[in-house]
Amino acid sequence: MTVAAFISLIEALLAILLAPLFIGWIDQCRAWLQNRRGAGVLQPYRTLRKLLHKDAVIAHGASSLFRVSPYIQFGAMAMAAAIIPVFSVRAPLGVAADTIALVGVFALARVFMALAAMDIGTAFGTLGARREMLVGFLSEPALLMVFLTASLISQSTLLPTIVDVLGQIHLTIFPSLAFAAIAFVMVLLAENARIPIDNPSTHLELTMIHEAMVLEYSGRHLALIEWSSALKLFNYAAIGVALFVPWGLAGRAAGPMELALALPIAAAKLGVAGAALAVVETLSAKLRIFRAPEFLATAFLLAVLGLLVHLMLER
Amino acid sequence: MTTLPLSSQLINLGAAVLLLTSFAMLSQRRIVSLVNLFAIQGAALSASTAIVAYTSGQHHLYYSAALSVALKMLLLPWILHRLIRRLNVRWDTEPLINIPTTMLVGIVLVVFAFGLAQPISQMSTTIARSTLGIALAVVMLSFLMMITRRKAISQIVGFLAMENGLFFAATSATYGMPMVVELGVALDVLIGMVILGVFFFQIREQFDSLDLQHLEQLRED
Amino acid sequence: MAVSPLALVLGVVVGWTAVGAAGLLRPRDVAFAGRALFGVGAVGAFVLLGAAIWSLSQPVQAWVLPLGLPDLPLHVRLDPLAAFFLALIGASTVGISIYSAGYFRAGEGAAPGLMCLQYHVFLASMAMVVLANDAYTFMVAWETMALASYFLVTTQHRVAEIRQAGFLYLLLAHIGAIGILLCFGVLQGGSWHFTFDAMRVATLSPGWASVAFGLALFGFGAKAGLVPLHVWLPEAHPAAPSPVSAMMSGVMLKTAIYGIVRVSFDLLHAPVWWWGALALGLGAFTAVFGAIFAAVQTDMKRLLAYSSIENIGIIVTGLGLAMLFRGLGMDALAALSLSAALYHCINHAQFKSLLFLATGSVLHATGQRNLGKLGGLIHRMPWVAWLALVGTLAMAGLPPLNGFVSEWLLLQAYLFTPLLPHAIVNMLAPLGAAAFALTVALSAYVMVKFYGVIFLGRPRETALVQAHDAGWLERIGLAWLALGCIVLGLAPVAVLNALDKINVSLIGTGIGSQAEHWWLLTPVAAERASYGPLLFAAGLAFAVGLTFVVVRRLYHGRVRRSDPWDCGFPGQTPRMQDTAEGFGQPIRHVFGPFFRIERELPTPFDKEPRYSLQLGDRWWDWLYRPIARSVQEAARVVGYLQQGRIALYLFYSFATLLTLLAFAL
Repeated sequence: MTVAAFISLIEALLAILLAPLFIGWIDQCRAWLQNRRGAGVLQPYRTLRKLLHKDAVIAHGASSLFRVSPYIQFGAMAMAAAIIPVFSVRAPLGVAADTIALVGVFALARVFMALAAMDIGTAFGTLGARREMLVGFLSEPALLMVFLTASLISQSTLLPTIVDVLGQIHLTIFPSLAFAAIAFVMVLLAENARIPIDNPSTHLELTMIHEAMVLEYSGRHLALIEWSSALKLFNYAAIGVALFVPWGLAGRAAGPMELALALPIAAAKLGVAGAALAVVETLSAKLRIFRAPEFLATAFLLAVLGLLVHLMLER
Repeated sequence: MTTLPLSSQLINLGAAVLLLTSFAMLSQRRIVSLVNLFAIQGAALSASTAIVAYTSGQHHLYYSAALSVALKMLLLPWILHRLIRRLNVRWDTEPLINIPTTMLVGIVLVVFAFGLAQPISQMSTTIARSTLGIALAVVMLSFLMMITRRKAISQIVGFLAMENGLFFAATSATYGMPMVVELGVALDVLIGMVILGVFFFQIREQFDSLDLQHLEQLRED
Repeated sequence: MAVSPLALVLGVVVGWTAVGAAGLLRPRDVAFAGRALFGVGAVGAFVLLGAAIWSLSQPVQAWVLPLGLPDLPLHVRLDPLAAFFLALIGASTVGISIYSAGYFRAGEGAAPGLMCLQYHVFLASMAMVVLANDAYTFMVAWETMALASYFLVTTQHRVAEIRQAGFLYLLLAHIGAIGILLCFGVLQGGSWHFTFDAMRVATLSPGWASVAFGLALFGFGAKAGLVPLHVWLPEAHPAAPSPVSAMMSGVMLKTAIYGIVRVSFDLLHAPVWWWGALALGLGAFTAVFGAIFAAVQTDMKRLLAYSSIENIGIIVTGLGLAMLFRGLGMDALAALSLSAALYHCINHAQFKSLLFLATGSVLHATGQRNLGKLGGLIHRMPWVAWLALVGTLAMAGLPPLNGFVSEWLLLQAYLFTPLLPHAIVNMLAPLGAAAFALTVALSAYVMVKFYGVIFLGRPRETALVQAHDAGWLERIGLAWLALGCIVLGLAPVAVLNALDKINVSLIGTGIGSQAEHWWLLTPVAAERASYGPLLFAAGLAFAVGLTFVVVRRLYHGRVRRSDPWDCGFPGQTPRMQDTAEGFGQPIRHVFGPFFRIERELPTPFDKEPRYSLQLGDRWWDWLYRPIARSVQEAARVVGYLQQGRIALYLFYSFATLLTLLAFAL
């Protein structure tokens, strides 16, 4: 039990420390694809260090909800990182929070971010909040449906158990998981404000979704929010890798050798995932804001379709 | 949860790709993407036909698969791409009902098709019988696409996708139709394409657009 | 002392009636009728809560009271189901009554004494509805409840719209009551005894049982607000004063749920599976409908009313699942679904009451109900704002609060629907899970809109800077309800153990004791699903706290204040924030066909450009207006009989006499 707790703690710490590196890797891949030199994979760390040293400048009308929200978002993402199996399926905190609670944690972070955006009282903040909730209200059911499909296949809603079962099934092709994988990738792009839903490096306020909500943050608050966004993308990538490419994770009865082997395998998988994400971002164009519901509705209905295909073909 | 043999799993995968592409067609606006999706459908169809041929020993299905490759992956998409270039139509305008609603109706049709196919698939004895529901669903989704689109090209692609679905249904339930029927159907489809291509030019000449709403002007008031 | 729980409960009922009558002694005295009597009522509610919880560990008690008509005494019974609903009534009433004690001010609307009478009679009749053990007691209590609430709704009867809303409410309540009456008529199954005990032993043919269920669903659904009988809810709840809205939305709608559970699980022995499918479909549609409409409202109380419709839909979905499982023989899963539905009942009672009371404070402080004229109230009303935040997060279904627990349980039940033995149903029921997920996500959207537009941002009207915070009594009431939300969220195992007694008494099996860990909720099997809210909350608090400590220790904590970013446009006014219509616009865009939209757009040539948007409910056009028109047509046709000539009327009497004589021969 204590070994499992230790592993869980290591996973959470690794996720927190390496999430900016993940973002840096994706940005570097995008730079290479766009024939630029890029800023290096360590750039997000430099940004975070710079931000943490600056004063926090807060608008006159902001309440304490605004100041508390970055900490809550970061805490929620850190908790999620403790639940998601990155290199080992043992996660004692996973007993307290299953996949449905994981969706709830993401919703908690999203709601607090939207409320904080509305707190300032400018047009941009409320615009961002409204758009973020629009993206959220369609992507959350899609994510839940993906998890439900995986739960039906593995007969459990606990994420470590799901990953364990999916990793041990002898080479069986599940078409429903194919649907779920496509839906999950679409949800990942939408929830983490990547192209084609949102451009993370835009400066045009009227096209922003996620950035419009953090327009007013600065200093350590902005550092925490940037970090929690990176952590969110890391978490989503880790979930995707764990659900759809589960081979290589250390099982329940793994010893230290297997754990040590699982770490580089997980790193390699995440690296490939990041590069693939960069490729998808480079090949797509950002959608108009009112095409975003269509995109997300497609993801939701694909996830439902995956569920139906599971019920039809795989029982 | 019993693990199916590898061939059944591959056929299931092909069926899933078929369903996925027909669903994706419902949500696509670019006509070029529609034709590419149709080519992918043809690929999945031929692959699963070949696997059925391999596992069941019905060799005439190999010819069906080869015909599918030739027609649906190569010839028809080429004709369609040429048509698109010459007619200079790239985008479909807003479909009759908006895309999320179309997809919702699509889901309902899929459920309906699955429910309908359940008792029939229990009677069938082929190895691919659980895919009959998917084949029916593909037919219905293509029909929906034909109904809700405005440009004539999209309707053609829907019609061809429907034929794909029917072909897959035949393969999965009864190991394919007699070769004569298949060749006849293929010939009909090809001739139909040619005639429709001619029609499109006429429509475009008359109305300066391929939007089929203009055809409604022709009725007597 | 040999005081039984039922005696205590009846004592509370009598006490409430007495308190209500006492209000008539000095009707205009706010300190007496407002504070003292409502305070006594709150104490009574607290006693009710305690007695109900106590009775769960006691055997079932049934008494026959010698009141009422000579041949129709009142039968009352306190079994686990009744105890649960009494606990629900008590828990919410404590908070609402304490709040009301501080809410009623002098010189506002109706006399406080009169409201005290109506309010406490309302409470007493609700308790009697839950306790009733025969149809007569039930209908008397039901009607009293409807009438008392009608008078409460039309407190400000000088306003025409409020009168119309009250009339609509009364009309639909009575249409529902007819349905319930007919249902009891069918349930007695030929014995002509209308006690529930007789109905329990009566055997009905499957056709008649289905008729009874249909009538119960219609009658209780009209009171609960199921589509299409929901049209009174968005009119009546905003028209009533806020504590009354809280009482109606939080508690009264649950008595209708009680009725459905009582009829289908208790009086009809075992439900048939397709009733469950019907309830599931109806509930899922109601939930999505309510959520969509709530997202586009511009009046804060109408928003909450539609949100109540959504939550009732969720509860009925749970009941439908329970009936489905029970009808197809899967009793343990039926117990799980029923527990999820009942848990959501008490959760909704807590957070909806909290939110309605918060709107009451906002209304008192600002005089505005329109979301377009509020904003920034978190600075002026911090107590109300932070307590309302608890309610908002709970309603949005966010862990670790109570809304999440019942939704989690319901999703777990949905995960078992593929195991149903019926071919089409086991494929359609998981689609209900998709609709449910959509509803939950939409409710988060609605809650962000509600809280953000009212409390956050900058005030949209300059008069709002004079808003004052709620009084201390109001704060206690709000705090009690917020505490209830937190406790129900953090201690689900205890609540489920209590709900299991209901499952055992109605279905036969329960979920099973959660004896493994008191802090971990494992409704089915530990390796299948588990949720530990205390551990979750502790983990979250730890993560947030650690982050705060680390950041502050390693880096400075300097903060500067400045103007917000205005993109180079210096003339930003608070009215440039999102309006309520603006926040609902994405929903209007995505779900357009659901609404009846009437828009007036300005043209470039208008001297005074005008934009107006009206969103209506299509059910008025589809159902109610046609029925109203046909009724009027029929009345007009029948009106031909009334010609005004005396000779004709004498001829009518003569013809009737001749006909009767002819038949007598």
